[in-house]
Amino acid sequence: MSGIDFGPFLLSFKLAAVTTLLLFFIALPLAWWLSQTRCRCKPFIEAVTSMPIVLPPSVLGFYLLWAFSGSSFLGEFFQEYFGVKLVFSFTGLVVASILYSFPFMVQPLQSGFESLSRRMIEAAYLGGKSSLTTLFRVALPNIKPSLITALIVTFAHTIGEFGVVLMVGGSIPGETKVASVAIYEFVEIMDYETAHIYSAIMVAMSFAVLLGVYLFNHRYNSRIGIGR
Amino acid sequence: MIEIEISKPLGGMRLALSLQIEEGSFVALTGPSGSGKTTLLRILAGLEGARGRISVDGRAWLDGKSSLAPQKRGIGFIFQEYALFENMSVEENLLFIEKDSALASHLLEMTGMAQFKDRLPSTLSGGQKQRVALCRALMKRPGILLMDEPLSALDPAMRQRLQGDILRLHREFGTTTIMVSHDPSEIYRLAERVILLHHGSVVADGSPKEILMKSSGSQKFSFEGELLDLVRVDAVYVAVVAIGQQLVEVVVAKEEAKRLQIGKRVQIATKAFAPMIFQ
Repeated sequence: MSGIDFGPFLLSFKLAAVTTLLLFFIALPLAWWLSQTRCRCKPFIEAVTSMPIVLPPSVLGFYLLWAFSGSSFLGEFFQEYFGVKLVFSFTGLVVASILYSFPFMVQPLQSGFESLSRRMIEAAYLGGKSSLTTLFRVALPNIKPSLITALIVTFAHTIGEFGVVLMVGGSIPGETKVASVAIYEFVEIMDYETAHIYSAIMVAMSFAVLLGVYLFNHRYNSRIGIGR
Repeated sequence: MIEIEISKPLGGMRLALSLQIEEGSFVALTGPSGSGKTTLLRILAGLEGARGRISVDGRAWLDGKSSLAPQKRGIGFIFQEYALFENMSVEENLLFIEKDSALASHLLEMTGMAQFKDRLPSTLSGGQKQRVALCRALMKRPGILLMDEPLSALDPAMRQRLQGDILRLHREFGTTTIMVSHDPSEIYRLAERVILLHHGSVVADGSPKEILMKSSGSQKFSFEGELLDLVRVDAVYVAVVAIGQQLVEVVVAKEEAKRLQIGKRVQIATKAFAPMIFQ
């Protein structure tokens, strides 16, 4: 056990934490807007944001690789203005993870907002409150289970990323070599013992995270009287 | 003065109204469900759009395409479903709308809710929740108070108590109050004007006495109820009818009984020459 390098796990956690934090602020306004709008473009936008669920990670990875490359507009833009290389870098992984995990943040938030009483939101508007104030003071505090689900599932889903990370990030130790990629490499070099240990840690962690979410939601719902 | 001249297509019919409402008056909107009462209230509040014009004290709230945002209309609105902010205590519900703790305490005191000020809405009864909603709607000292069947989910005793609260607050704050209601006794007690809507247009407009007393001057009691049962007793039948919360038995002749159908709405009428009234 002493020889285990926890670097890839730390990197996975760092990636998941940064992704979850950034994605929360990106997805929140969109989820709120989607839940409130009657725009005809809504199904179109919902379809686009849900694409990462159905697309093979290799497809997403391929397009991202192409978009991130120095000769593309996006790659050039980041290189020029931020001096950041997106391909095979941690920053690139964060951008890729944000796209890959997008629906896992948007969907729980949106369905949480949609389950709220429309009248309660209207009561805030009639009380003179702006859409933004209503979002933060009324809507968000009343969808705690959805909020927790969105945050934790996004976090967990990012930890569980493999295909996109491998294609966009490669396997640079300390930069892009996350736990899932490390396991793949151990199997490739037939170091099954380390692969076993890494995998067991991943299984235990995933279970603990999901159990935590479900326990919280169960307790929250029975406290506020849903399902009685 | 509120001047309304609006039209809006509404599920196969058209809501088309032209109304003027005096400042400080208490108006009841009534009519069968689907006649456009709630929609009218929501258009007044700015929660739904419509074509036409609405002006309040000369200021345009709706004029063709341009519509004043609900946030800027400064009205109080009470929903049938209370719509309290579930994450806030009773007092916080009020203070969120306006940081005026003196007014909040006064309102909670007036409605007998002061002792519940730290409770969360989910721990309150329906009547208590609606009292909080009433207080909350008055926190901005609105000129106009709109109520969409505020008491229809409550039991009769609680209704009466809230009717009293509504009337007192309407007088104290001098609001122009418009209330959707189906309950004639409630309308009679509170409103000074009744507007009867049907299929999106005004079919009657006048004092509660004129509109509600269909058989005015005929000295007749007339009740509508549901026929629950017809029981044969010797040569006659006894009809069991539910009128509101009360069950009554009425003797009917055999020929009459044949024309009646259980489960249908029926009208029971009698002359009222020498009724007894108890308190």
